[in-house]
Amino acid sequence: MFDPGLLIQSLPLLLAGLWNTVWLSAGGLLAGFVIGVGVCSLKLSERTVLRRLGGAYVSVFRGIPLLIQLLFIYYLLPRLGLDVPAWVAAMAGLALCCGAYLSEILRGGFLTLPPGQVEAARLLGLGGRDILVRIKLPQALRATLPALLNEVILLIKASSLISAVGLAELTRTAQNLAASTFLQLQFYLAAAVLYCVVNISLALLAGRLERRFEAGRA
Amino acid sequence: MSVLPLTKNGHEVMLEARGMSKRFGEHTVLRDISLSIQRSEVVCLIGPSGSGKSTLLRSLAFLEAYDDGEVFVEGELLGYDRAQGGRRVISRPARLREVRRNMGMVFQQFNLWPHMSVAENVMEALIRGRRLSRAKARKLALETLEKVGLVDKADAWPNRLSGGQQQRVAIARSLAMSPAIMLFDEPTSALDPELVGEVLQVMKHLAEEGMTMVVVTHEMGFAAQVADRVVFLDGGQIVEQGAPAKLFREPSSPRLAQFLKNYLERNSLFDDRPAANGTCL
Repeated sequence: MFDPGLLIQSLPLLLAGLWNTVWLSAGGLLAGFVIGVGVCSLKLSERTVLRRLGGAYVSVFRGIPLLIQLLFIYYLLPRLGLDVPAWVAAMAGLALCCGAYLSEILRGGFLTLPPGQVEAARLLGLGGRDILVRIKLPQALRATLPALLNEVILLIKASSLISAVGLAELTRTAQNLAASTFLQLQFYLAAAVLYCVVNISLALLAGRLERRFEAGRA
Repeated sequence: MSVLPLTKNGHEVMLEARGMSKRFGEHTVLRDISLSIQRSEVVCLIGPSGSGKSTLLRSLAFLEAYDDGEVFVEGELLGYDRAQGGRRVISRPARLREVRRNMGMVFQQFNLWPHMSVAENVMEALIRGRRLSRAKARKLALETLEKVGLVDKADAWPNRLSGGQQQRVAIARSLAMSPAIMLFDEPTSALDPELVGEVLQVMKHLAEEGMTMVVVTHEMGFAAQVADRVVFLDGGQIVEQGAPAKLFREPSSPRLAQFLKNYLERNSLFDDRPAANGTCL
């Protein structure tokens, strides 16, 4: 059932899979963050049309299973004449979905800000972009850090669905190794441990950030 | 290109409302307000709660979009651009910033940014708006904090300061942009009574230096001592205005007389103090 020699031998493959998981998730998260801030701004807009547009985005990308989104994008892009590598489809799928969740988390954060802080910034001559980047976002991120961490961890785990578009990320690599060696438990356990290491490290990092932010409060 | 309107005694008009009205839905909160504030003048807006004094101040900064009439800042129309056909449209943010560039505002709730240190609060607009280098901005920030007596708190977090200190930081943050007009929206109403004095002291000092100031306040003592003119609002209208000595001693409208009587009754320690016509302000 377990074969330590074979495990050590396949470690480079597993780590390569882990690397794919990490950078695809990181890219998806970054792009998703930009989408999230944008959609959140739409939902907080004073104009009804923009609010509806933001709402529609969230409904669609939060409402459809990520697996379906990934497959859809993967098969849609070639139909549109876009010959892009699989990782682009994968990252786009993660970003679009993650953006919908992040926009709702951030919206919660923005709503906790006293409107007076923005009025003060306006009267001091700060422009809309500076107010967003310097005043609103840092505070929204701090206020929602635990929820954001949850979302990041969910994203990393959901990235296992990327295997559906043929990318050898961690889950797919473990599957392949399990199938070819018949040592299923060994390789799924290895994958589980690697996922856990990444996610626990992130949680520790977030904890440290949170304590640093706390230092600035009375 | 704009020519500053001059009053008959030759003073520059810094801020002016002409026939300004403001409605929230069906409810009219400001009715046909005309008010003109000259350079170095200190004007206190007083009145019962709900009289519209804060809304008036916020409209003078276009934090509320007034509905009818006009507001001019140093001769420039605030908040609206004239569109074709005589209609007007709300100014774009860049234009609004331009017209408000010489205006500073201090709020009841201080509105400091809690994720920045005291010095960073003061530096932010200098760096982003005025495009100063960090070093220059910090130098100017420290100089301004010195003025309000808080240079030793430069690297503290705002939430570690008392309310009075926070409000002085907020004043410094505004002052650092070297405004020509300062608006104060109940600057001491959120403070413990023993902290009110330090903030009023800073404001008094500003007035002595010739700052043009519009102050919404419940501090009648401050209004009596520092204001050049007191404007009494009730029901969204200017009921009466004039020099504080005249207004407080001989209110000509019954509403102001009643308001002052209530104020004195609330603020006198002993029932036997005279509370009839405000002579003990």
